[in-house]
Amino acid sequence: MDLLNMLAFNDSGWGDEMLMGMLITILVSVSAMAIGLLFSVFGTMAKLSSSSIVRSIGNTYTTVIRGIPELLVIYLFFFGFNNALMAAAKSLFNYHEYFEFPVFLTAAIAVGIISGAYSTEVVRGSFLAVPKGQVEAAKSIGMSKFQIFHRILIPQVLRYALPGLGNVWQLTLKDTALISVMAIAEIMRTAQIAAGNTKEPFIFYIFAALLYLTLTTASSKALNSAEDWANKGVRRA
Amino acid sequence: MKNALEIKNLKKSFDDLEVIKDVSLSASQGDVICIIGSSGSGKSTLLRCINLLETPNSGEVWVNNELIKMGRDKKGQPYPADQLQVDRIRTKLAMVFQSFNLWSHMTVLQNVIEAPVHVQKINKTKATELGLELLAKVGIAEKAEQYPSSLSGGQQQRVAIARALAVKPDILLFDEPTSSLDPELVGEVLKVMRSLAQEGRTMIVVTHEMGFAQEVASKVVFLHQGHIEEQGTPDEIFNSPKSGRLKQFLASNLEG
Repeated sequence: MDLLNMLAFNDSGWGDEMLMGMLITILVSVSAMAIGLLFSVFGTMAKLSSSSIVRSIGNTYTTVIRGIPELLVIYLFFFGFNNALMAAAKSLFNYHEYFEFPVFLTAAIAVGIISGAYSTEVVRGSFLAVPKGQVEAAKSIGMSKFQIFHRILIPQVLRYALPGLGNVWQLTLKDTALISVMAIAEIMRTAQIAAGNTKEPFIFYIFAALLYLTLTTASSKALNSAEDWANKGVRRA
Repeated sequence: MKNALEIKNLKKSFDDLEVIKDVSLSASQGDVICIIGSSGSGKSTLLRCINLLETPNSGEVWVNNELIKMGRDKKGQPYPADQLQVDRIRTKLAMVFQSFNLWSHMTVLQNVIEAPVHVQKINKTKATELGLELLAKVGIAEKAEQYPSSLSGGQQQRVAIARALAVKPDILLFDEPTSSLDPELVGEVLKVMRSLAQEGRTMIVVTHEMGFAQEVASKVVFLHQGHIEEQGTPDEIFNSPKSGRLKQFLASNLEG
């Protein structure tokens, strides 16, 4: 089979499957990043909390997740998450039936928790980088805590956090390759199947690499413009 | 005359360090009170206790004859009992900081109209009108659309003054407003402050500018190690100081 036929968008070619894989990769990445950002907000709040117990919960999260291989986290979720949910349903809601949590969501949560551990460090650092005077000025003029948070803190935290979060986004995007072990047909898994079927692993892994590169390049372009927007008012050195 | 501000027996410690030791002070409407003293005497802390940027350990702060209500938590630590009251009173007590603290992600005009629009819920067109008026008053209207980072220190501080005026405060708190400015920029800020004093505004000014205190203040308070060592009219303080510490302080601050 020649190259064009192998990558064709029909039943014998793998072009359509690979593009579908790309779509799945995007979906998992975006969900995981969103879950991760949510976790980073809680992680940051925990790590900056005045209670030492809450602080240690936050520290445990980032230390454990960043300290073990990501593939291992994925396996733990793949083999443990559904059982944990069923046990929780049993003890909390007295629900005894067997159920299967959608594997796509399990994957997104697993990658999201990894992504969140790294985002937490980025957001926490950015939070601490906002000069104290910015908040004091807002307090001194009568702004409420909520107003200070969304009018002053968020725009300034974003400014410091975007470069780091861009980095986390790229890691998250690439981490989704690991969920191929959950038999989710994203780019990597599809490439594996195609490679096995056609006995042309090199071609399909190169193709997969090109798809990842397309995604990372496009997103870093988008991130650059986001950074420009967030940095309005900052004098470039 | 009506009491604009009254501080009664205020105490403030940071851990074991007692910074303010039982200070009482009052300001009538239209008073300009200059607080002087060497670094570490507690001047800034005293000022920051007035609008609760620092929580006093004990004592009372009355603004327009209204007591700021304080409570105590389980450990006996004081905290503002009514945050809504604090937020409301703070708009009556606008503050100008040593390091300006303009919001760097907003333009000059946005800085000025932020509190009128979002705290006082004034309609944006009206607030913009008021904002431009205030910027003209501090001589900086042409910079309205620029970001603070492109302004000089003196210009930033004048914007900060306009931002403070925008909430129509009853009392203006100045925390060493010229201390981080280059010497040639100090004059433009003092000029604005002088004109505010002439308008009859109530001002509490922590400052190292002895000339300004001498000329503008209705009362000068000399703070030493957390208590009021001496207070009086500028004439009494600068021309016939009584305590040895004040004499020493003046000798080292007025020379040259």
